[in-house]
Amino acid sequence: MTVTSVTDRNSPTLEVQDLKTHFFLKGGVLRAVDGVSFTVGRGKILGLVGESGSGKSITGFSIIGLIDPPGRITSGRILFRDRDLSKLSEKEMRQLRGNRIAMIFQDPMMTLNPVLRIDTQMVEAVLAHDKISKQEARARARDALGMVGIPSPEERLSAYPHQLSGGMRQRVAIAISMLHQPDLIIADEPTTALDVTIQAQILAEVQKLARDHGTALIWITHDLSVVAGLADEVAVMYAGRIVEQGNVDSVLDRSLHPYTHGLIGSVPSQNRARKRLVQIPGMTPNLLDLPPGCAFRSRCAHADMACEQDPPITTPEPNHALRCFHPQREYAA
Amino acid sequence: MSSVSEPIIELRNISKRFSSTQDVVGRLATRLGLAKQPPVVHAVDEVSLRIMPGEVVGLVGESGCGKSTLGRIVAGILPASSGTVLYRGKDVAQLPTRERRRAKLKTQMIFQDPFASLNPRMRVSEIVGEAPRVHRVVSNDVEAYVSEQLHRAGLDPSYRRRFPHQFSGGQRQRIGIARALAVQPEFLVCDEAVAALDVSIQAQILNLLLDLREQLDLTYLFISHDLGVVQHLSDRVVIMYTGRVVEEAPSGEIFSRPNHPYTQGLLAEIPRLDLRKRRFSAIKGEIPSPLNPPSGCHFHPRCPHAMPRCSVERPVLREIAAGHRSACHLNDMDAAEPLPAGAAAGRA
Ligand SMILES: Nc1ncnc2c1ncn2[C@@H]1O[C@H](COP(=O)(O)OP(=O)(O)OP(=O)(O)O)[C@@H](O)[C@H]1O
Ligand SMILES: Nc1ncnc2c1ncn2[C@@H]1O[C@H](COP(=O)(O)OP(=O)(O)O)[C@@H](O)[C@H]1O
Ligand code: SF4
Ligand code: SF4
Ligand SMILES: [Mg+2]
Ligand SMILES: [Mg+2]
Repeated sequence: MTVTSVTDRNSPTLEVQDLKTHFFLKGGVLRAVDGVSFTVGRGKILGLVGESGSGKSITGFSIIGLIDPPGRITSGRILFRDRDLSKLSEKEMRQLRGNRIAMIFQDPMMTLNPVLRIDTQMVEAVLAHDKISKQEARARARDALGMVGIPSPEERLSAYPHQLSGGMRQRVAIAISMLHQPDLIIADEPTTALDVTIQAQILAEVQKLARDHGTALIWITHDLSVVAGLADEVAVMYAGRIVEQGNVDSVLDRSLHPYTHGLIGSVPSQNRARKRLVQIPGMTPNLLDLPPGCAFRSRCAHADMACEQDPPITTPEPNHALRCFHPQREYAA
Repeated sequence: MSSVSEPIIELRNISKRFSSTQDVVGRLATRLGLAKQPPVVHAVDEVSLRIMPGEVVGLVGESGCGKSTLGRIVAGILPASSGTVLYRGKDVAQLPTRERRRAKLKTQMIFQDPFASLNPRMRVSEIVGEAPRVHRVVSNDVEAYVSEQLHRAGLDPSYRRRFPHQFSGGQRQRIGIARALAVQPEFLVCDEAVAALDVSIQAQILNLLLDLREQLDLTYLFISHDLGVVQHLSDRVVIMYTGRVVEEAPSGEIFSRPNHPYTQGLLAEIPRLDLRKRRFSAIKGEIPSPLNPPSGCHFHPRCPHAMPRCSVERPVLREIAAGHRSACHLNDMDAAEPLPAGAAAGRA
């Protein structure tokens, strides 16, 4: 399913086409990502949402080339400025990673080395792709720390990761991702554990990067409210597939997929104070024994015989697509 | 809700100080006067709080501000350094042992990480059944009692023989709830009880907590950094900032008329489904270190309205409207003059 808005067509930074990333396990094939397509234009922010286990992180890891056996990209194309990333060698990929493409992980210690000082790591990250002096690299590192709201960045440079709070570590990781003003940043739930004021600081920086440098962003989260305020486009993932996607207003205000309805209904908010929240019954399915057809049907109030087949992609309005046999205008109570 | 009765829990001037960890050599050196005293973290700083029966009180604040510490003092599992905890009007410290134990049993806690708080080597039936058996809440047929508790928390009683690792995050949180409720408490302290859960599972647990409150007349202290969740659940909201309560008001009041500049900044940043393409900005500056909090009003280095007085004098928490208390010097200025409407104030 691909939705390309007219404005993005001339310059999509990333175009993912029918990506499949499967894990070949003893018990069978686990289809973590099973035919995912989307584009992210220059300076645009795509919110990738879904419950845990829906394949959001694996989508991100696939793009950046961090899938290890028994996992493998089995098909699809990942066009980054017209080069297919899935065809690049590890060496070519390393040149792009951290330079033109960066990833911010849920756990900042995936980025940070616990035994090295912050300045050592950041200078190294700068020099890996830019031939400048150590002093210049250090100055750039310090500026990047300032950009993510770290006070007295000069002093923090000489700290070790364990001397910083979790929130501060995450901001260092975010600063590292911004060092080379990449064309694409994939952010995997980086603010989920942060307080609202710190989260807002980071979201402000991210917006600035998209605005000022044309950086395209994939913002992975299960928090629809963050996506509402941040994203241009939204893709809702369920069991390895995108079930609804499009412009943020279409998906959040005129959602048609029963799963998207469920997600929206389960967000606590002012107007539903002290009333029961909408519950999606049941749990996310085990991807290992996924029967054919719509993966949501065991939890869907509108499921019928038709849903035992794969639902086709429909496009109810421009830049809004979904996979469902029975699109619903209204919430199922 | 009856507001005539006495508070179920009342805190009077509660403080909690931790001296930061020292190794054996360090402690010895200090004792011998060879090293200076280790720095002290003032995790909770003279907090007073009343919670009425049947109320849901939301406790909000940035991480490290002392919410969990306060919650553990309320639940009776952490002694305060100073101050008084009253349970139904009686000083808990003065109660005879038997009554004190009973009061403690009536207050239970639910934790953020349902896995870390459940013993991995115990079966669900033991986890849920142990305390009621030990405390003789139930004397015969413990198994039937456990089944009833599990059922009430939305778990299939046939899971009794399973171990915690055989459950999903949401199910583990239900086990935690069943365990807490099994001793028939009146008061639950929920510390980030839904923070680790997916939105859809979070909705299930929040619904369960609301249902249980109705069925069992429970009172909640609900600790969370998620303002959306707090707004959804709470009758009253308490805002903490580095160890102190800075504002406290009925839920509707605090979200529509926040008084304290910190609260105003905090509320302006709540992500909301209906706000699109926002310009995020944030309260400037860093969360202060509790080791070395700013003088006067702890918020003054970040406050857009700070005055000279703010860095020297601690503002007292005082009533500014019925049931609405705030600790800010701006409230001492001409009472007729409205607060400078921080850019944030009118957002809700
Ligand atoms: N054992 C300790 N003794 C004394 N102070 C500590 C201790 N651990 C952390 N601190 C200090 O307490 C403050 C809070 O640190 P902590 O690691 O708890 O951050 P946090 O509140 O979890 O923040 P975040 O949400 O960003 O992770 C910091 O100033 C930190 O230096
Ligand atoms: N056992 C302890 N030893 C030392 N410091 C502690 C201990 N427990 C909590 N603290 C400190 O007390 C402060 C408040 O902690 P806590 O109540 O856990 O915060 P919150 O729950 O709001 O994140 C923090 O700065 C924390 O580092
Ligand atoms: S295809 Fe069928 S089961 Fe799937 S979401 Fe649509 S109605 Fe529900
Ligand atoms: S007392 Fe002063 S610094 Fe503190 S919140 Fe009020 S105006 Fe701001
Ligand atoms: Mg993930
Ligand atoms: Mg805590």
